[in-house]
Amino acid sequence: MAERSRLSLRDLLSETGVALTARPARTVLTALGTILGVGALVTTLGLAKTAGNQIVSRFNELEATEVVVSPQSTGFGDASRSLNVIPWDAEGRIERLNGVVAAGTVSAVDVGDKLARSVPVVDPQGQTEFQIPVLAASPGLFDAVRARLFTGRFFDQGHEERADPVAVLGPAAAQRLNVTRVDNLPVIFVGDEAFAVVGILADTARRPDLLGAIIVPNQVARDRFNLAGVEAVQIDVAVGAAELIGAQAPTALAPNDPEQLRVAVPPSPRRVRSDVQDDVNALFLALGGVSLLVGAIGIANVTLVSVLERTGEIGLRRALGATRRHIAIQFLTESVALGALAGVIGTSLGVLAVVAVSATREWSPVLDPWLPFAAPVLGAVIGLVAGTYPAWKASSTEPIAALRGVA
Amino acid sequence: MRLRRIRPESIPDDDEDATVETWAVPPPMPPPAPVGDDPGPVVLLHQAGRTFPGPPPVEALKPTDLVVERGEYIAIVGPSGSGKSTLLHLLGLLDTPTTGSYHLDGIDTGTLSEPERAGVRAARIGFVFQAFHLLSYRSIVENVMLAELYHPGARDRRRDRAVEALVSVGLGHRLEATPATLSGGERQRVAVARALVSDPSLLLADEPTGNLDTATGEQILALFDELHDRGLTLAVITHDDSVAARAGRVVGLRDGQVTEDRRQGSAVR
Repeated sequence: MAERSRLSLRDLLSETGVALTARPARTVLTALGTILGVGALVTTLGLAKTAGNQIVSRFNELEATEVVVSPQSTGFGDASRSLNVIPWDAEGRIERLNGVVAAGTVSAVDVGDKLARSVPVVDPQGQTEFQIPVLAASPGLFDAVRARLFTGRFFDQGHEERADPVAVLGPAAAQRLNVTRVDNLPVIFVGDEAFAVVGILADTARRPDLLGAIIVPNQVARDRFNLAGVEAVQIDVAVGAAELIGAQAPTALAPNDPEQLRVAVPPSPRRVRSDVQDDVNALFLALGGVSLLVGAIGIANVTLVSVLERTGEIGLRRALGATRRHIAIQFLTESVALGALAGVIGTSLGVLAVVAVSATREWSPVLDPWLPFAAPVLGAVIGLVAGTYPAWKASSTEPIAALRGVA
Repeated sequence: MRLRRIRPESIPDDDEDATVETWAVPPPMPPPAPVGDDPGPVVLLHQAGRTFPGPPPVEALKPTDLVVERGEYIAIVGPSGSGKSTLLHLLGLLDTPTTGSYHLDGIDTGTLSEPERAGVRAARIGFVFQAFHLLSYRSIVENVMLAELYHPGARDRRRDRAVEALVSVGLGHRLEATPATLSGGERQRVAVARALVSDPSLLLADEPTGNLDTATGEQILALFDELHDRGLTLAVITHDDSVAARAGRVVGLRDGQVTEDRRQGSAVR
């Protein structure tokens, strides 16, 4: 006999929609704090992730793919033994390993007090002789250090086998020796040994000591300067292969005595990544949290004001059959919807900001896939928290007093 | 609070002694108990009073008996502070009596849960307020549709019924207008349409012409006359004698007591 008051979900949602769209400017302004808060949070999380990834990928580029093998240092008086551990054909042995991109040997050449010059005659008036380090390398070294040429070419296996007196100059060495081009077949002298310059480097990604050096093939260094042995094998490996190559290289180079070799492998990328991101995230998250708090206060404030404004409406709804519960649910739904809306808008703006910043920095934007979905939920939760007190206040409005007030 | 159930037939005949001082016409006999499909009178107040807790407690309405038969048009008059608003809120189920009982359409409202009270309010009572209480950001047809939002009835024909109600008050041509573009008289007619759309047993009007000038107030009263002619039960609260003069019965209140209950004009149909 007695009807029960009810409010269908569909009606509730449509009422909420009407309430939020009736005054769109006001809705947006109410949500502004949360929009900014969620936007800031998404931006900071996204940028932290993006920046963290950039740092990690730089490590990947330079260090995660670099393996260096050198003899164990055994102290004084034992130099010849340790220098002979690495065979002259180290390059060929290492390049056969799966996962190696390029490999080459590098050794400092002891030239005594011999100076380098680019003119055949010593001019006592001007300074034409310089003390420039000489390095002996196998041809693969240039790829292994990712060297780029300014002009000319690298020496190759043929030069090595024929013991041709050729040299590649680092840019600093070329400048001091005043060699700017190779098409006129310049010759430099180290002491009295002449070398034809075949190429000048522009830069290298690794071994910056190459930039200031005269680089000659191993064989010619052995012939002319009595190079005793290989100092180091520089290996460029595929991403992820560093650990494997680091384990295999000593055996490949010195099957009888692998313990004689020392292997430098990159630090675990995982640890680097987490260290960097933890620092960045803690700071950014604190900022985002503060913005969200401000946003929640904004929603609570405006919703409370709107409860007071809509006193007449609340009284009317009670007269039309709404229970206290219906009133509370309606206001709560409005603030949750507002928060969710703010979350969606804020997330969109945040993602755009991450993309924009990444574009200007030439980074690739990286976002956790859950972020665009979790952020609107966070907005809704903020709406829920912010709307609880105003909704309770609305539901406890006496319909009598509400109806007597001015509409 | 929950009130004890009172069986209507248990109301003694001599119950009207203390509260009634003058009778213009003999008081109606206590109605028979609702039997079968006959729900009895629309309103049956038995010793219903309302005291607001203090300090100091205010007895806004002393225990009162009031019976409103189906199709009656009554005016509740009295100066401010006489308890007529309290009576309106009790009748409209916006408030519960602290003593006595209230049967609406034979339903003992004291035994209802809050959702049931709200549901009965939605289905059986239509309100018209002095301040109209239209939602300014919605068209008038949406304002009228709001009346059935909490109604346990069907949703699909809600708009049709709202349009029908607006046509019946003469506003069928302005369905999509917003309240701000309407005159005061038109706004009150929208409010009447909203009160009518759920086909209520009782239309409660609280100073319906209080915000209107005489001419537009007259239009609203003419509309009430027409509704009364169609058989609707109306209770109008007013302090305006010209409004009270349109009703078939006048109940006067003073200091929380019924001091007058007289029939006039065409009386009950």
